[in-house]
Amino acid sequence: MNLHEYQSKSILKKFGVAVPEGGLAHTEFEAVKAAEYLQGITGTDKFVIKAQIHAGGRGKGGGVKIAKSIKEVSNLATQILGMNLVTPQTSKEGKLVRKVIVEQNIFYPGPSKPAEIYMSVLLNREKGHNIIMYSPRGGMDIETVAEETPELIFTEEIDPKIGLQHFQARKVAFNLGLKDDAYKNMVKFVFGIYKAYEGSDATLIEINPVFKTSDNKILAADAKMVIDNNALFRHPDIALMRDLDEEDPMEVEATRHDLNYVKLNGNVGCMVNGAGLAMATMDIIKLSGGDPANFLDVGGSASAKRVEEGFRIIMKDPAVKAILVNIFGGIVRCDRVAQGIVDAYKNIGEINIPIIVRLQGTNAIEGKKLIDKSGLKVHSAITLKEAADLVTEVLK
Amino acid sequence: MSILVNKDSIVIVQGITGQEGSFHTSQMIEYGTNIAGGVTPGKGGMMHLGKPVFNTVSEAIKATGANVSIIFVPPPLAVDAILEAADAGIGTIVCITEGIPVKDMIPVKEYLSCRGVRMIGPNCPGIITPPDTKIGIMPGFIHKPGSIGIVSRSGTLSYEAVDQITKVGLGQTTMIGVGGDPIPGTTIVDAVKLFMEDPDTLGIIMIGEIGGNMETDAGYWIKEHGTKPVVSFIAGATAPKGRTMGHAGAIVGGKSDTAEAKKEILRQCGVMVVDSPADLGVAMVEALKK
Repeated sequence: MNLHEYQSKSILKKFGVAVPEGGLAHTEFEAVKAAEYLQGITGTDKFVIKAQIHAGGRGKGGGVKIAKSIKEVSNLATQILGMNLVTPQTSKEGKLVRKVIVEQNIFYPGPSKPAEIYMSVLLNREKGHNIIMYSPRGGMDIETVAEETPELIFTEEIDPKIGLQHFQARKVAFNLGLKDDAYKNMVKFVFGIYKAYEGSDATLIEINPVFKTSDNKILAADAKMVIDNNALFRHPDIALMRDLDEEDPMEVEATRHDLNYVKLNGNVGCMVNGAGLAMATMDIIKLSGGDPANFLDVGGSASAKRVEEGFRIIMKDPAVKAILVNIFGGIVRCDRVAQGIVDAYKNIGEINIPIIVRLQGTNAIEGKKLIDKSGLKVHSAITLKEAADLVTEVLK
Repeated sequence: MSILVNKDSIVIVQGITGQEGSFHTSQMIEYGTNIAGGVTPGKGGMMHLGKPVFNTVSEAIKATGANVSIIFVPPPLAVDAILEAADAGIGTIVCITEGIPVKDMIPVKEYLSCRGVRMIGPNCPGIITPPDTKIGIMPGFIHKPGSIGIVSRSGTLSYEAVDQITKVGLGQTTMIGVGGDPIPGTTIVDAVKLFMEDPDTLGIIMIGEIGGNMETDAGYWIKEHGTKPVVSFIAGATAPKGRTMGHAGAIVGGKSDTAEAKKEILRQCGVMVVDSPADLGVAMVEALKK
């Protein structure tokens, strides 16, 4: 599950990571109140206003602005709240901004030069343990840093037997060239984000940039966190942070029916039992000249109820011109799945797009006969090859 | 011959009295798997599906001589079940459970490797050596004894491969589903190595997907040490970046773990890669002719 920046920062703060002072605002009024409060506690005269959406590159799309007065906070908040923010990571339509954070300006003058650092904690899948990745080149896309100056990306591997050690945190701070207070604060920062990572069952924490202020504070100026969905059962507080506004309404609807659905932009819907076969079916649609409109795993058993809900969800997408149902009946028999499809079809009523049903496995032939005899306008297939050819044919 | 499991496998089921455990245990018994009993803490002493139930894995081993355990325990308790099996001396653990937090798997993997215990899964369909033993949830009847080793990250997609291999008349030595989680107990390269060493396996089918580097690790190993033809399909060429596609581990993070990147590397390593999963069977027949 992805979290917003403000949510990630609230978790980080709980684990002792320093973050800029700031407040959340849903309206221009709240933004001004937050700015006034910030001015009161920090004396800052500049404010940063940041759109809160689940996508990176917000600055590039105009979702991050600096205000030099409370008046400007009011203007900029009005401008950003309600805008459709388009970034390199959103669709062309962008994402509606429903909330912003107003933060103190951290670029204030002081005895030393400020610096931007990159740091993330993530799983190294190959080795099966966590790593801390960091670079003195913060504030820019880490993939660009990896291409231009790979020697400036460092990693620290965390041995699961002993966990993060002090010498490792020191090494991070030294490699980043920090001294004195900045060095000490960085050691603390590294421990803080690692504790936050473990303590909240995150699969990713990315802080870009980690900001060294002119008075040597180390702050998480931005924060991205991804939480392991499988671990949400032991973090009810984090589970509540799920923001349905950030998700596709059809995906939210699908979750309600226990369906694993991901919306895509193509013209052929598909419904499959099993995640691997579902991805493979999407690939087949592409090879057959179509474009997959979705990923949809109805689960191993492919029960009639789930098949019906699956149809209903796919049909809500107006771009869908055909549907491919691909079920490998193992322990669940194909004739039963076929009956489920026929019933679902009749329950839904008017279906005006071609449907191709491929049933393979136990009682596949009986399943095909059932579909063929039903009188419905459904094309049936047994092998994957036949199904692929039918997709090409109906798209002509 | 086969890999990891065979007619000498004596199997206990952890979570035998649960709904999933009961259903699949009866399916395994029907297939002919030597199910010696099960473990459900607190239900020791009863009989279930005609098999004895024990309170602990050690009791079960002492009474039955079991050497393989299959786990159908819900996610919050599954890690404990795995560790109990390893501690009691089970050599091969098959964990079917889907939804174990990644954080919990990190120390488990470490512990198992220190103790030399093999785990298959989690979040996998299991392993089958036809016609001797089925330790998993796959439909047994589609498998036929033969000469092809199959390793897969996906359940239903492996059934597809098995079905094609059976229909082209080749059959399988063993089919192993390594599972769809980010940290699997057994990786694809582990399975490929075992198949290369198995004298009865003449060819290998390797089914991967987006996310991680398991397939390319296997590719590099095959390039150096491979002695048998390998046919591969990588699912998810059309999957968008950054979205989890059902399996917790099926997510494109960077350029190197897309289906395209994996296929390209596998081809360079001498693996025959098919773009359509419909071609797995015929491609294997072709590969064996060469």
